[in-house]
Amino acid sequence: MMKKNDKGDKQTMKLNRRQFIKQVAITSAFATAGSIFPGVSFADWSKLTNNSGVISWQKSPCRFCGTGCGLLIGVSDGKAVAVKGDPNCSVNKGLCCMKGYHSVQALYGEDRITKAKVRRDGVMVEVPIQEALDIIAQKLQETRDKHGKDSVAIYGSGQWTIPDGYVASKLFKGCLGTNNVEANARLCMSSAVTGFMTSFGIDEPMGCYEDIDHANVFITWGNNMAEMHPVLYSRILANRKRRSNVQIIDFATRHTRTSQAADKSIMFKPQSDLAVANAICYEIVKNGWVNSNFVNKHVSFHKGKTNIGYGTEDHFAFTDQEEGISFEDYKAFLEDYTPEKVEKISGVPATDIKYMAALYGDPSLKVTSFWCMGMNQHTRGTWINNLVYNIHLLVGKISTPGNSPFSLTGQPSACGTVREVGTLTHALPHGVVMNEHDRQMAAEIWDVPLSNIDPKPTYHTVEMFRALDRGDIKFIWIQVTNPMVTMPNLKRYREGALKEDRFVVVSDVYPTPTTDVADVILPAAMWIEQEGMYGNSERRTQHFSQIVDPPGEAMSDTWQIIEIAKRLGFEKQFPWSEKDYIEKIWEEYRRFHAGPKHEMAPYKVLNERSGVQWPFVNGKETRWRFNPQHDPACTNGKDFHFYGQKDDRAWIWARPYEPAAESPDNEYNFWLNTGRVIEHWHTGSMTRRVPVLHNAVPSSYVEIHPEDAAELGVVNGEKVKIISRRGEITMPAQINGRGVPVRGMVFVPFFDESYLINEVTLDAFCPISKQPDYKKCAVRLEKA
Amino acid sequence: MPIFSYLALPKEGAGETMRTELSALDYCQVIPADNQDVVVLVTDTPDATTEERLQKNLRRLPSLQSLSLTFGYDEKE
Ligand code: SF4
Repeated sequence: MMKKNDKGDKQTMKLNRRQFIKQVAITSAFATAGSIFPGVSFADWSKLTNNSGVISWQKSPCRFCGTGCGLLIGVSDGKAVAVKGDPNCSVNKGLCCMKGYHSVQALYGEDRITKAKVRRDGVMVEVPIQEALDIIAQKLQETRDKHGKDSVAIYGSGQWTIPDGYVASKLFKGCLGTNNVEANARLCMSSAVTGFMTSFGIDEPMGCYEDIDHANVFITWGNNMAEMHPVLYSRILANRKRRSNVQIIDFATRHTRTSQAADKSIMFKPQSDLAVANAICYEIVKNGWVNSNFVNKHVSFHKGKTNIGYGTEDHFAFTDQEEGISFEDYKAFLEDYTPEKVEKISGVPATDIKYMAALYGDPSLKVTSFWCMGMNQHTRGTWINNLVYNIHLLVGKISTPGNSPFSLTGQPSACGTVREVGTLTHALPHGVVMNEHDRQMAAEIWDVPLSNIDPKPTYHTVEMFRALDRGDIKFIWIQVTNPMVTMPNLKRYREGALKEDRFVVVSDVYPTPTTDVADVILPAAMWIEQEGMYGNSERRTQHFSQIVDPPGEAMSDTWQIIEIAKRLGFEKQFPWSEKDYIEKIWEEYRRFHAGPKHEMAPYKVLNERSGVQWPFVNGKETRWRFNPQHDPACTNGKDFHFYGQKDDRAWIWARPYEPAAESPDNEYNFWLNTGRVIEHWHTGSMTRRVPVLHNAVPSSYVEIHPEDAAELGVVNGEKVKIISRRGEITMPAQINGRGVPVRGMVFVPFFDESYLINEVTLDAFCPISKQPDYKKCAVRLEKA
Repeated sequence: MPIFSYLALPKEGAGETMRTELSALDYCQVIPADNQDVVVLVTDTPDATTEERLQKNLRRLPSLQSLSLTFGYDEKE
């Protein structure tokens, strides 16, 4: 029956809808302008607030990448309708990329999951969320009773908010006594962590984005920043435009938009970055460019095991063995890496290697190196991280403005939630489970018996999904991530998840291939539909309030875990109310990081600012760590203090070149490289529901070098079959598109669930970090 | 009831004129960049006839170098 005022309501709705569409039209134009004119600003837009129907703007970090841009979200009638860059956020100073501008539309896809679902007789049926939570708690308890504490697991991601990850760790490690806690960030930055831990004894970058405003030379190591960290790349380009002495060197295996804008693009053969990094060090030593004063005071030399394997077999185990060496030993090790020898391995002309070495070696130039997945998704990921630190340490270009080896992250809270909270099997919010002191601290803060916290790590991500396949894990709860698209060698893990007596719970905002394998689906609140914090690549914690209501029965991931904890009898450990649980959780979590090395800002400060960098000591943020002019944790009275390692020095590692787990041969004669595009976030489950982003790149494709395509007889858009030892996939070719791989390599973006490229990839990983290599395996091509 | 957004670029030296001319047109909203010579133009017309007329007027603007479409939406009644 039509109510009396239905017509009026309809008109208001229509008006609001038009206002919404107009905001979308504006943000699309801003995004396009931003990609054509880096640094373009539309400050006058704020005046629109008076006539556009937007009534309030509230701060939030961007939902998407690890850059952590500050956004202002425009809200009208309880709906997020517009986005602009937050001029008060030092990360982006008012800029955004196209994903950021369109981010709020990802909240309103037509198929949002708003109700819980449970599988009954093979069919998913809607149930009230409280009933679904009862079923989960009961199943978890039953599984534990029947199969032991390590038969249950939780798998989250760097898209978890900090409170999400914290309560997950507290429940599983502290209360349930299992170290079966992992996160998708294992797949994208654990080599960065082990790189930091082995070189500096402490995680996360010493520098910050301000380095961009000081450096003269930017070297991107296998890092397509123009698409993956576009706002930072715009800042580099703006600096190059403003200052005369800035240059960009793109060191990569594929020509990209980053290469196009670089001053010089140097291509290397996959995996040979290890050899090139050593050759740069060889040149630095040979030419007397070592900063001896710095090295003598602040560096020690080390080596570890070699021929360390690739982890392709179940139960693979590896422990490195560190051994101190002398500078002379290190020099002798470098003899194998003359530029001429390395030219043969890498395909990089010796002159280019010498050129890069000269840039690092020139004392008048400040150099910042950037990297992300190219170096981290690498079967020697820890090593290549060590090797780039070696270069910076030899010349003393570190921890000062503009001199920065800088590891970027892909996910909005890979640092905040996974690295800082420690949502990995071996980690705790402070330290590691293997360390008794760290376990004691956790037991005390969590109010659980010390014996609850198991001193032995269990499964890293790949091994966790192998354990699910084998049946060692029977119950897994997956939150905020999509492993049934992202796991390498995917077929095995999907079949494992579907086995008869496995129970899979998935909390998400949209249907995905992962919800397809679920026994229970929980509707999750997304981003600004809840309060939370993220932590970006430069040690910046960013708080956001709940700005709009979640749809239907959707609930924050944090509160879902608390509901389960209470049902399992842990009310004492999870006493919080819905009113202020985020504040209470933050203040409890902060206790783990007390002290000048990692002090976190209080809740009140986070609430007021567009992000705060830790260590936050006496009301001051820390820009450059290990430098006493900036870092309050430095106590040795010297010009630098690398306090993370036991010898108070940074460690240079002799790490050799070793080949990839699988290289092209006569049968499988191409490299397969996988990655991302600017328009889509991760597996595309959100950005593919934003019309502008989806229409820009509606489906995935395989990039082929034009000469390889000609030999294959394939033209643009024709179908190509990509075959590996694990699987095959047929998809359209893209030739001379936005990216052009070198001859002998193909590249496939992984965002598109209708082309599951990970059925083809290999689950080999770095034995130290356990991070898989998505950049290298062998395939052959056929015209389909 | 179409809504479109465009990036409008002026002819050499005609930035100010273009902004004034665009602002003077009905159904047009103009958002100039404050550090580049580019303007975001949003058009919101009530029907197809008005839209056609506006398109014609836009094409006639002497100060306009180019108009690139960045978003299009047409709600049929
Ligand atoms: S996706 Fe990344 S670069 Fe783009 S606006 Fe968001 S945080 Fe910034």
